[in-house]
Amino acid sequence: MAMEGLRPIAEIQFADFIYPSFNQIVGEAAKIRYRSNGEYTCPLVIRTPYGGGVRGALSHSVSIEALFYHVPGLKIVAPSFPDDVKGLLNAAIDDPDPVLFLEHKKTYRLIKGEVPDGHYTIPLGKANVRKAGTQLTVVSYGLYLHWALEAAQRLQEENVSVEVIDLRSIRPMDKTAILTSVQKTRKLLIVHEDNKFGGIGAEISAMVAEEALFSLDSPIRRLCGPDVPSMGYALPLEEEFMSSPAEMADAMRAMVKF
Amino acid sequence: MATTDLRTGSLERHGLSDEQLRDMFRNMLLQRQLDNRGFQLNRQGKVPFALGSEGHEALQAGAAMAFNRGRDILAPYYRDLGLCLGIGLSPFEILLSIFARAEDHNGGRQFPNHYSSKAAGLMSFSSILAAHLPHAVGAAFAIAYRGETGRAVLATCGDGTTSEGEWHESMNFAAVHKLPFVMLVENNEWAISTPLAKQMAQPEIWKRAAGYGMPGRRFNGFDPIETYAAVKEAMDRARAGEGPTLVEGTCYRYLAHSTDDNDLTYRTREVVQERRKDDPVPAFEAVLLEHGIVTPEGVAAMRKDVLRETNEATDAAEALPYPEPTDLYKHVYEGAWEPWQS
Amino acid sequence: MAIKPEAQSKVSLERHGLTDEQLVAILRTMLMQRTLENRGFQLNRQGKIPFASASEGHEAVQAGAAMAFERGKDILVPYYRDLGLALGIGLTPYEVLLSLFARAADHSAGRQFPHHYASRRLGLHTISSIIAAQLPHAVGAAFALQYSGETGRAVLTTFGDGATSEGEWHESVNFAAVHTLPIVFLCENNEWAISTPLSKQMGQPDVFKRAEGYGLPGGVVDGMDPIACYAAVGAAMQRARSGGGPTLVEAKCYRFLSHTTDDDDRTYRSPDEVQARRKDDPVPCFERLLVERAVLNAEQVEALKRGVLEETNDATDRAEAMAYPDAADLYEKVYAEGWEPWTV
Ligand SMILES: Cc1ncc(C[n+]2csc(CCOP(=O)(O)OP(=O)(O)O)c2C)c(N)n1
Ligand SMILES: Cc1ncc(C[n+]2csc(CCOP(=O)(O)OP(=O)(O)O)c2C)c(N)n1
Ligand SMILES: [Mg+2]
Ligand SMILES: [Mg+2]
Repeated sequence: MAMEGLRPIAEIQFADFIYPSFNQIVGEAAKIRYRSNGEYTCPLVIRTPYGGGVRGALSHSVSIEALFYHVPGLKIVAPSFPDDVKGLLNAAIDDPDPVLFLEHKKTYRLIKGEVPDGHYTIPLGKANVRKAGTQLTVVSYGLYLHWALEAAQRLQEENVSVEVIDLRSIRPMDKTAILTSVQKTRKLLIVHEDNKFGGIGAEISAMVAEEALFSLDSPIRRLCGPDVPSMGYALPLEEEFMSSPAEMADAMRAMVKF
Repeated sequence: MATTDLRTGSLERHGLSDEQLRDMFRNMLLQRQLDNRGFQLNRQGKVPFALGSEGHEALQAGAAMAFNRGRDILAPYYRDLGLCLGIGLSPFEILLSIFARAEDHNGGRQFPNHYSSKAAGLMSFSSILAAHLPHAVGAAFAIAYRGETGRAVLATCGDGTTSEGEWHESMNFAAVHKLPFVMLVENNEWAISTPLAKQMAQPEIWKRAAGYGMPGRRFNGFDPIETYAAVKEAMDRARAGEGPTLVEGTCYRYLAHSTDDNDLTYRTREVVQERRKDDPVPAFEAVLLEHGIVTPEGVAAMRKDVLRETNEATDAAEALPYPEPTDLYKHVYEGAWEPWQS
Repeated sequence: MAIKPEAQSKVSLERHGLTDEQLVAILRTMLMQRTLENRGFQLNRQGKIPFASASEGHEAVQAGAAMAFERGKDILVPYYRDLGLALGIGLTPYEVLLSLFARAADHSAGRQFPHHYASRRLGLHTISSIIAAQLPHAVGAAFALQYSGETGRAVLTTFGDGATSEGEWHESVNFAAVHTLPIVFLCENNEWAISTPLSKQMGQPDVFKRAEGYGLPGGVVDGMDPIACYAAVGAAMQRARSGGGPTLVEAKCYRFLSHTTDDDDRTYRSPDEVQARRKDDPVPCFERLLVERAVLNAEQVEALKRGVLEETNDATDRAEAMAYPDAADLYEKVYAEGWEPWTV
């Protein structure tokens, strides 16, 4: 459809169900433009709810971004606020290339916010500083961004100043926003729900180590999901998997003290 | 019900004894009771999710009767409560799954209704439609590879699942290798909100069989005896090394897809009401009564017993603990779970 | 459906409305296909290109099917063994040679494997090496036609017998049937998937028999007979163009050569088997038929062959003389703009 001029928006009911279409997304959609030298393109948007914390058990809880962000030709967006969702979704639909649009399913009911009327777009690949601060940079997206903001707010009351960056786009990713902030605060904490090994945080750490190592006053830290296949259905298993604002606040405090 | 021969008035029982007929009926009552319990617990806020199989009772009780315990392998899907009961899972085990207790077969990890039991020959399955079918075919291949006879794999799925590529790949592989495999499709005419007409261009799934070069047949899944006969014939064929069969049982999904679904957004109450006339549970009760296989008192006692067993299982399971938080890190691999070695 | 295997009539030529000119064009496509294939293998043996594949045995089905394709309207979503189809709908030998030599002027700018063409101009979709991956694209294209309310247009998609075992094949055929899409599924059943024979591919040997299970018409045709293939594919395309929905057409042909230059078929089938099938070779058979029926005389056939060889030689020289893509082209066309995953 996309190759013949339509702008399809597909929805995968849960991100966990995307695997049967892996070949078409990674092997085909992401390569159409490249392999035809631009004669054919694949402007497709795939929306899918991801993430846990809703008692979704093994097959309704996963984060899939790390499986896809490795793929040149794909774009990945993971907004966290309602106004960003609208602007980024419009931009994704306008975008001439395939976009994977990730919606954290717990934020559907949890997060409320104003959405401007009328048509507007927010460019892909631009992060947003959701809270300004001076002592530590926290980079996050999705549900955990909200928890990171909550934690940063708590620290504000303790007179600790944390800057929180909402990535919004995972590929392409906003290098300038991250480096500008890190050069100011000199400390970096990356927070995401997806598991740690080979995750988004690994790429960000590597980039900052390559580009701004000598701006850092402490080792980079990642607070991420554990490296287990998914969260279990039973409450303690889900709670053990998921982080919390309190845990994030602890990590922030420790880094600021370092 | 086609079970009664209209000319002679006799019951076509396909070799099933009175006791087996009563067992099937009890299974059907138990299914309905446990389904109900799941929904009740959900409405009481005690469990976050439940899913019922109302309308599938006869099909599942009949198919389970064709399963040889201790020999055959079952690769079911999430709507197979009755099949799992029928091959030996206890109501207590079902409630452990609903409550996600530590003692549950999968340690409270999986969604409710996603049972597994190595002892019962019940393979673990995920929520991903059709993903279990390559496993089932692989198990059948293992049986064939080892040269075992008298064993077969019974796999089930819904009508919607037949549209998945993995369904096709599994069917084709089983046919090419003449595997001891039976594909039982429980056609309830819905895949959540997608009606059969949006699932396939012709409504008879069994007709796909010829394209794979295997026999196919369709039966009335509201009739447990007819189901038993159809599935038994296919399983016997598979056990004798004669290859796979596709069997399609027609039934209906009376409830919403799960506690998270409101079916009134895509079908009317009247449509469902109309189909309730075929409800297999009262229909089979009437047949058994008519032929003197059960008495009204016997049925009443059976219902009481089923309720008692369900209540006891509920209390026993609820009283048990959740898994420990640290159980999250178990069984990732055989050894340690961390990706770094030191 | 009225598709039947049809032996080439010895008495009268059942030409299904094809003019002499069209019959000659079909033969020319078949001769061109064979010559270009040969050229690919020669260039490979000469060490000039690392890889070539061939479609010997598929000439009739492809030339016939291509004749049923309406240029400028229909869409072709082929697979890697469709040289003749691509030629038949208008791809030039020069474009084929550019693909073999991986030159910058190639449609994919030298990115793709040989014979993985694409041409917007011709309605020829970009080809994947991944078996059956083209089928969801084909069905999507047909959906786009239907969705946009376009009539008189249809999609022709092709695949081998091996591809029918893929899940994407099943999903595509089913989806097309459910939505009554304007598409024709043409299976080029050559009895082999590299080294896997048909008997290890399916539990019964007829792909078209799958059609009933999906609720669409299916038929089988002698894939060594270009006129029969034209008739079968033409009827199905006409049905699709007029809103009648999809059809599954199976053409029985044979793969005379190894799978590619990287394969040695003697490791899995005997030369005798292949030799025995050579008697059905569609190229000499069709040539003979046209001469017997006086559509062409011997001199005209010779002239045709000479023309084909000259065009091939000329295309080879021109393509070989062209430049490779620049190294920097590696970074082009990853996205509409830029290739780097970081924005600054
Ligand atoms: C690959 C995949 N896609 C989508 C889903 C979401 N889903 C869960 S159940 C279901 C319907 C399945 O219908 P059917 O196979 O007919 O079984 P039924 O529930 O009717 O018994 C769908 C689409 C899924 N679980 N897996
Ligand atoms: C998904 C996938 N699996 C395996 C391969 C390797 N492969 C390349 S061609 C081929 C055989 C395909 O056979 P068939 O579909 O009959 O087409 P033919 O080559 O005979 O025309 C295989 C298995 C592939 N390209 N893609
Ligand atoms: Mg169903
Ligand atoms: Mg083949």
